[in-house]
Amino acid sequence: MRNAEQIERQLDRILLKVQKPGRYVGGELNQVLKPWDEVKTHVALVFPDLYDLGLANLGLAILYDQINARPDALAERAYAPWIDMEAEMRRAGIPLYGLESKTPLAGFDIIGFTLPYESLYTNVLNLLDLAGLPLLSSERDARHPLVIAGGHAAFNPEPMSRFIDALVIGEGEEVIHEIINTHQAWKASGEPREDLWIRLARLPGVYVPCLYEVSYHPDGTLSGIQPTHPAAALPVLKRVVAQLPPPVTRFLVPSIDIVHNRIAIEIMRGCTRGCRFCQAGMVTRPVRERPVDEILTAIDDALLHTGYEEIALLSLSSSDYTNIKGLVEAVSSRYRDQKLTVSLPSLRIESFSVELMEGLRELRPGGGFTIAPEAATERMRQIINKGITSEQLLETVRAIYSHGWLTVKLYFMIGHPEETLDDVQAIVDLCQAVLAEGRRICGGRARVHAGVSTFIPKAHTPFQWVACDSVEQIHAKQDILRKGLRHSSFKLTWVDPAVTMHEAWLSRGDRRIGAVIQRAWQLGAKFDAWQDQFHAETWLRAFADVGLDPDFYSHRMRAQDEVLPWAHISTAVRTTYLKEELRRSQQGILRADCRDHCVACGILPGFNELRMNTPPEAWKCPPVSQVKAR
Amino acid sequence: MSDQAPSLHRIRLHYTRAKELRYVSTLDMQLVWERTLRRARLPVAFTQGFTPRVRFHMACALPLGFTSTDEVADLWLAGDAGTAEVVEKLNAAAPPGLVVKEAVEIPLSLPALQTRVEYAEYSVLLSEVPDGFDLPASVEKLLRAQSLPRTRREKAYDLRPLIDRLEVVSSTPPELWMRLSAREGATGRADEVLLALGLDPTAARIERTRLVFKED
Repeated sequence: MRNAEQIERQLDRILLKVQKPGRYVGGELNQVLKPWDEVKTHVALVFPDLYDLGLANLGLAILYDQINARPDALAERAYAPWIDMEAEMRRAGIPLYGLESKTPLAGFDIIGFTLPYESLYTNVLNLLDLAGLPLLSSERDARHPLVIAGGHAAFNPEPMSRFIDALVIGEGEEVIHEIINTHQAWKASGEPREDLWIRLARLPGVYVPCLYEVSYHPDGTLSGIQPTHPAAALPVLKRVVAQLPPPVTRFLVPSIDIVHNRIAIEIMRGCTRGCRFCQAGMVTRPVRERPVDEILTAIDDALLHTGYEEIALLSLSSSDYTNIKGLVEAVSSRYRDQKLTVSLPSLRIESFSVELMEGLRELRPGGGFTIAPEAATERMRQIINKGITSEQLLETVRAIYSHGWLTVKLYFMIGHPEETLDDVQAIVDLCQAVLAEGRRICGGRARVHAGVSTFIPKAHTPFQWVACDSVEQIHAKQDILRKGLRHSSFKLTWVDPAVTMHEAWLSRGDRRIGAVIQRAWQLGAKFDAWQDQFHAETWLRAFADVGLDPDFYSHRMRAQDEVLPWAHISTAVRTTYLKEELRRSQQGILRADCRDHCVACGILPGFNELRMNTPPEAWKCPPVSQVKAR
Repeated sequence: MSDQAPSLHRIRLHYTRAKELRYVSTLDMQLVWERTLRRARLPVAFTQGFTPRVRFHMACALPLGFTSTDEVADLWLAGDAGTAEVVEKLNAAAPPGLVVKEAVEIPLSLPALQTRVEYAEYSVLLSEVPDGFDLPASVEKLLRAQSLPRTRREKAYDLRPLIDRLEVVSSTPPELWMRLSAREGATGRADEVLLALGLDPTAARIERTRLVFKED
């Protein structure tokens, strides 16, 4: 194996031949470089796409902070080299290395991948290969690092289960320490690697795929998922942190321009809205908030440590943060003279949101005002549980244009269950109505941007049983949008149906899909999240080579009693609750926001003890007594 | 800037760019500086307009892959700050690889720094030269040439008039020193000189050691 100095010397010879060499050298402000021999556990945190996208990943920033705060461990980073750099690295025999010390990844104790979305899967394989490691967990041995993963896509861990030794289900802040402790104890014990699997499986929220067996019916559906060892839990309950820890403030500051150059402060985690298509809203429950003071202190610290000119206040639904008005007022008065930009995404469709943005007038980024009606007819909104009316939307839009915004960005989704072409035409009509309001208020300069994505029924949501639209249906719906929104005052963006299908297969797949991912990688698939690198034919060929039918995963309505590939994973939201939501959806019955009245989704009984020990202002579920009363 | 009429000061900075910043483009370096200035909490002056930028001008671009022991830039401050304080605060806030050596207050009326650069001097350490390569003879031959037609980014130009001086500092290890024109629109590149000598610039460590300015 090459050592760090050799790699550094070789890098100097190749970096001027590649685009943006600053991606591959580390050394940024706030990087933590610890002496290798002074710690017991070396962790490589990997974002399986470009540095430009990965550096700002908040999940990894949190873990980097957490691990490096331990005196007995270090965390370094690695990202996917772009195609030109990968070619140079392979030619020169340079393996994937940690940016901080340039140590080859194979020399670390633990490699942790984040899996925020499914289109990164082939990059994970490519990076394991570039690190010189066998792809399959079963082919690695005691000489190799422990390979773990986590992130939203891991809520269906099966597609990646043959490559990853252990997956974290849920939030990583606490469990990462338990994993490191476990690894240290196992290493000290001198026990075989199988013992590590058992030790890890005992940690709440950790799923060790090799300790489970999956069986199938002749029709290809699952007949069962069974643990093969008593230490393996069934189900594996996701981890949550009861109270959000103080936010990261020592963000890495890259010396080259990247996608998100900003301070990201999570003001709230979880969402009480219950939109039925939304996986994030289901898997990140319960809602937990950070106090205003803690957020302001964090912004102060982060500004001092980074010098960034932009602050993003992140959550799934900013308007729902309890003291959003106070927070906006405090941010505005404190930072208005500092030439900063503050973004507040995911605002509710109501004129109060416009007031909030108005409060940030001097701090707000240029460009449009974004709202997400998701669907354009009352019927569809009842199906997906987005409880707003078109009149509310138009009223909000009037407020937006009246306050001087010229562009309104509207997010919609096509392909929801039971959607007809009329519902899609209604998106066109609604955009026209919005533009008409804009024209009336600001004249010919008014613009409407419609971002229309395509629905994929995601695991752990009320729609997990339903089928995706066929590619033909999607094409027909997108044609309606393209025809209806041709005028130059509109900007329409949509998703290539092939990209949607790819995401559907990988997010709804079972353990067998792993072979398809591996085959696709062998056929050259990587950077699937990049439009110009994604090739649908490669994936169809991979399915054919492996002998699986892609439509089985994407276009089949699944029976309510079918064993879903993720049935052994629990988000604490009960399956009975998801079924009830699906039934209500079919009957067009809305479900109110659960912030004031518990709807018994299962979170409270699932995390009863945690909840008891957490102050109510940090954990926003309504009091337990109300649950009993209902 | 809440003060009605803050007094404007122009500070000339000399700084080094070490290997941590070798692969940072000039455009990105502007961003590195802006963030350093924000962290240093100096009363930086901003440009007018819809997207105000820090008033900070670098003398001359440093090519990707080069280090420098003497870069020069002008900074405008909207308020009083002692130059010693400026150096101290900037160094406390600087990213790895950036060290401010000196800050001097200069008259606001001086012409733009970029227009005053005349030459840049480079020290070049060659980690390897081809077997049998006679460095002194190659340098002599290059300097004897009347013209050195070259093409860079599909543009033909003559490198020879851009080379003011070129000397062999040592043969083992092989080291060169050169002074190249750095006027606006007439900038010689050290890596181009190496290519003209038949050497591989990716095998060289090129460091800018000085910028030479016209008398103001």
